[in-house]
Amino acid sequence: MSAFAAASATSTGEAVQFWVLGTVAVLGALATVLMKKSVHSALSLAATMIILAVFYLANGAYFLGVVQVVVYTGAIMMLFLFVVMLVGVTAADSLKETIRGQRWLAAGCGLGFGILLVAGIGNASLRHFNGLGQANSGGNVQGLAALIFTKYVFAFEITGALLITAAVGAMVLTHRERAERAATQRERSEARVREGKQLPPLPAPGVYARHNAVDIPGLLPDGTPSELTVSPTLRARGQIRDVSGEALAELAALEQRSGDWLEQGHGDTKGAAK
Amino acid sequence: MENLIGLLVVAPLLGAALLLCGGRRLDKSGHWIGTLLAAASFVIGVVLFADMLGRDGEQRALHTTVFSWVPVGGFQADVGFQLDQLSMTFVLLITGVGTLIHLYSVGYMEHDEKKRRFFGYLNLFLAAMLLLVVADNYLLLYVGWEGVGLASYLLIGFWQHKPSAATAAKKAFIVNRVGDVGLSIAIMLMFTTFGTFAFGPVLESAGDAGEGKLTAVALLLLLAACGKSAQVPLQSWLGDAMEGPTPVSALIHAATMVTAGVYLITRSGSIFNGAPDAQLAVVTVGAVTLLFGAIVGCAKDDIKKALAGSTMSQIGYMILAAGLGPIGYVFAIMHLVTHGFFKAGLFLGAGSVMHGMNDEVDMRRYGGLRKYMPVTFVTFGLGYLAIIGFPGLSGFFSKDKIIEAAFAKGGTEGWILGGAALLGAAITAYYMTRVMIMTFFGEKRWQPDAEGNAPHPHESPRTMTIPMVVLAFGSVFAGGLFSVNDAFLKWLEPVTGHSHGNSPVSALTVTAATVVVLVVGVALAWFQYGRRPVPATAPRGSLLTRAARRDLLQDDFNHVVLVRGGEHLTRSLVYVDHSLVDGVVNGTAASVGGLSGRIAKLQNGYARSYAVSMFGGAAVLIVATLLMRAV
Amino acid sequence: MNPVNYLYLAALLFTIGAAGVLIRRNAIVVFMCVELMLNACNLAFVTFSRMHGNLDGQIIAFFTMVVAAAEVVVGLAIIMTIFRSRHSASVDDASLLKL
Repeated sequence: MSAFAAASATSTGEAVQFWVLGTVAVLGALATVLMKKSVHSALSLAATMIILAVFYLANGAYFLGVVQVVVYTGAIMMLFLFVVMLVGVTAADSLKETIRGQRWLAAGCGLGFGILLVAGIGNASLRHFNGLGQANSGGNVQGLAALIFTKYVFAFEITGALLITAAVGAMVLTHRERAERAATQRERSEARVREGKQLPPLPAPGVYARHNAVDIPGLLPDGTPSELTVSPTLRARGQIRDVSGEALAELAALEQRSGDWLEQGHGDTKGAAK
Repeated sequence: MENLIGLLVVAPLLGAALLLCGGRRLDKSGHWIGTLLAAASFVIGVVLFADMLGRDGEQRALHTTVFSWVPVGGFQADVGFQLDQLSMTFVLLITGVGTLIHLYSVGYMEHDEKKRRFFGYLNLFLAAMLLLVVADNYLLLYVGWEGVGLASYLLIGFWQHKPSAATAAKKAFIVNRVGDVGLSIAIMLMFTTFGTFAFGPVLESAGDAGEGKLTAVALLLLLAACGKSAQVPLQSWLGDAMEGPTPVSALIHAATMVTAGVYLITRSGSIFNGAPDAQLAVVTVGAVTLLFGAIVGCAKDDIKKALAGSTMSQIGYMILAAGLGPIGYVFAIMHLVTHGFFKAGLFLGAGSVMHGMNDEVDMRRYGGLRKYMPVTFVTFGLGYLAIIGFPGLSGFFSKDKIIEAAFAKGGTEGWILGGAALLGAAITAYYMTRVMIMTFFGEKRWQPDAEGNAPHPHESPRTMTIPMVVLAFGSVFAGGLFSVNDAFLKWLEPVTGHSHGNSPVSALTVTAATVVVLVVGVALAWFQYGRRPVPATAPRGSLLTRAARRDLLQDDFNHVVLVRGGEHLTRSLVYVDHSLVDGVVNGTAASVGGLSGRIAKLQNGYARSYAVSMFGGAAVLIVATLLMRAV
Repeated sequence: MNPVNYLYLAALLFTIGAAGVLIRRNAIVVFMCVELMLNACNLAFVTFSRMHGNLDGQIIAFFTMVVAAAEVVVGLAIIMTIFRSRHSASVDDASLLKL
C-alpha cells in the first residue's frame, strides 16, 4: 500500500533514464528545428517521439506509450515522410532569414517564453506527487477505457466525428477536379511542334561506368556538360554530378604519363644509340 | 384708419410685383400702372394726413400690429405700423416727390426698352422706403432699410450694360452694407439691452440703460446712417451713384433714400439724447460732411456730380442738426423736406437739360441754355435760389434755423459748428451759382456728341416739366409755409421734442450773417464764372481743386487703406491658412498617414511574423498571470 | 528525481518547437515543429496525470493525439494543395495578404 502513497522521488533507474533520454530528446528537437533537409528533420522528430513514448511508459501511461509509437511515430511521422517525398526532397532549405528582425524576435520570444514557463513550473509547489499506483491498479487500459466511455464519452464521440471530417477534408483538399479534357499524346506532340522547342527526345545522360549514370550529364563536343541530359528532378535537387573536370584531369594525367613514357622511351633510344 | 397704413406700403409693392412679374404684356402700360399706384399711395397718405390733422397733437400717432412675424420665446418681432407726425412727414414727402418723379420718368424714360422694369424698381423703392418710415420696430425698419438698399442697387445699375454703372451699383451696395452691419449690430444690442425692438418700449426705456451701452448703440446707428446717407467716411458711393438714370438720382439719391439716416437718428432721438459722446460724433460727421460735400461740389464739371456733392453737403446739415439733439431734430426734418423739394427739382432740371443736350453731363459744354429751355431754367433757378437760402424761399428758412441751432449748441462747440455751417452756406452759394451760370448763362459751348450729332436743346415734354413746376412751387413756398406761426415745429414737437437752447448770438444776427455769406458766395462765383468766359476744358486748377475733382481723394483713401489693407490682410490670412491651419491639418494627416504606414508594415503577409506576435502575446499573458498571482 | 523534471523537459521541447515554427520557412518542417509542441504538451499532461494520481491527464493527452492526427491529415493536404499551385512549400511565399 505504501507504493500508492505520495512520494517525492522516483527510482534512480528512472532518473538515469530521464537524464540520458531527455538529453537525446532535446538534441532531437533541436535537430528537427535546425536540420537543413526536411527528411532529416522528420527523422529527428521521430527519434524524439520515440523517446517521449518511453517517458510515457515511465510515467505509467502504458497505453499512451504504445499509441505514441504506433500512431505518432508509425503513422503520422510516416505520413510526414511521405509528403516530404511527394513535395520533393528538393535542395536543402536555406536557413538564412529573409524577414528582417524575425530571428531576433523569435529568439527573444522563445527565450523569454521558456524562462517564463520554467519559472512558472519552479514557482509551483510540486514537491510531492501521488503516483499512478492506485489509478492503474485495475490496469491502465481498463482505467482509460472506463474514463473514455463514461466521463469523456461525448468528447470521444465528437473526436470520432472530427477524424472522419478530417479524412473527408483531406480528400476534398487534395482531389483535383479536371476542368478540361486531358490532352492526348497526338495533341501534345503537335503542340510541341508548334512551339518549336525540343522536337526529338532529350539527349541521354553521359554514361560512365564508375557512376550512377542518370545523375551525370552528357558532355557536349567541347567537353562541357549539358544539363539537358539530366532529369529535371535531379536538377532541382542540385544532385547533378559534374564529371567533366574529372575527364579533363584524367586527360591531363594521361598526357603527363604519355609524356613521361615518351621521354623515357626517348632516353632508351638515346641509350640504345650509344 | 390704421388699416390704410398697410395699404400705403402695399400699393407700390403691388406695382413692383405686377411690373416685375407681369412680363411683356405690360410693356405698353407698365409705366402708367407704376405711376398710378405711386399716386394711389400718395392719396392714401393725404387721406391719413387729413385724418391726423383732425386729432390733437398727442393723439395723432396711429399704431397697428398686422401680424406676429417671428414669435420665438422671448423674441417677439411683429409686423406692425406706426404712423406719427414724423412718419407722416416722410410718407408725404416720399409719396409726393415719388409720384412726381414717376410722372417725370414717364417722359424721361420714354425711349428706354426696359421702361417697365424701371418703374417696377421705382415702385419697389417706394414700398421699401415707406416700410422703413412706417415700421413700428427696428427689425421691420431694417427690412425696409435693406429693401431700399436693394432698390438703390438695382436702379443705379439699371443701365448695367455700362461697366461704370454696374461698378457704381456694386460700390453703392457694398458701402451701404458697411452701414447695414452697423444697424444690424445695433438692433442686436438693443435686443440684448431692452429685450425688444419696438420703438415704443425701446425709446421710452432708453434712459434706463447705461450710457456706455447707449453710446455703443448710438454710434452703430450713426454708422448705419453714414452708410445710407453718404456721410463721411462712407460717402464715396454717392458720386458714382449718379450713373443711374436721372430720376433715380432725384428720387433716391437726393430726396428720399439718403435722408433715411436722418430719419433713423431722429427716430432714435432718445437714444442719442442719452449719449452725448455719440451726439458729438454725429455733429462732427455732419459738419465734416457738409464742408466735404460742398468742396467736392465746387470742383465737379459733371452737373449731376456737382449736385451729388451738394446733396452730401445738405444732408450733412441735417445730420448736424439731428446731432444737436432736441434743439435740432425739427429743423433737420424741416430741411429734409425742403431739400427734398428743391434737390429733386434741381435733379429733374439737370435731367431735363441732359435730355435736351444728347445726354451730355459736362457743364463746360453747356452755356446759354436759358433761352432754349425756359421752363427748366425757371424751375431750376427757383430750386437754385431755394438751396442757396435766398431769403423768403424754402432753403432760407430751414437752413437758417439749422445754423441758429448750431450756434445754440453753446460753448466752443457751438461756435465751431455754427462757423462750419455758415462756411458751408457760403460755399453752397458759390458752387450752386457756378452750376447755374455754367449751364444757363454765358455763351454756348455746345459740342457734338460721340456720334457727331450736334445738340439741339429743346424744352422737355409736359410729363417732365409738370413735376418740375410742382417741385418748384414746393421749393419756393414750403419753407415759408412751415415757418408761418412755427407750424412745422408745432407739428413735429410731440414726437421729437424741442428745446430752444441758448444761442450766444441773436437769431437776427445769424440771419444777417447767412445773407452776407450768401452774397459773398454768389459774388465770388459771379466774378469767376459770370464775368469771364468759361474754358471748354477744365484748367489744371489748384491742388485743392484737383483733389476735390477726385472727390477729395476719398476713393484713393479707400483704396490705399481699405482695399490694400484688405488685400494685405487676406494675403496674410491666406498665408496663415496655408502655413498654420493647413500645416496643422496636413501635419495631422501626414503623421496619421505615416504612423499607419508604419503600422501597416507590420501586416507583411508572412505567417511567421504573425506567429511571433501571437507567441509574444502568449508570453505577455503568462507574465500577466504570474504577476496577478504574485499580487 | 522529482517527476517535475519531465515538466521542465516539456517546457524546453515546447519552446524549441515554438522557435522552430517562428524560424523555419518550409511548411512541412513548421508543421513538424507544431507536432513537437503538441508532444511536449502531451508529456506535461502525462506527468500531471502521474502527479495527481488520476488518469484524466492521460485522457487529455489521448484526445490531443487524436486531434493531432486529424490536424496532420488536413494540414498535409493543405500543404499538398499549396505546393501544387505554387510549386513551393515555403510559408513565406504565401504572403499575398499584405499591403
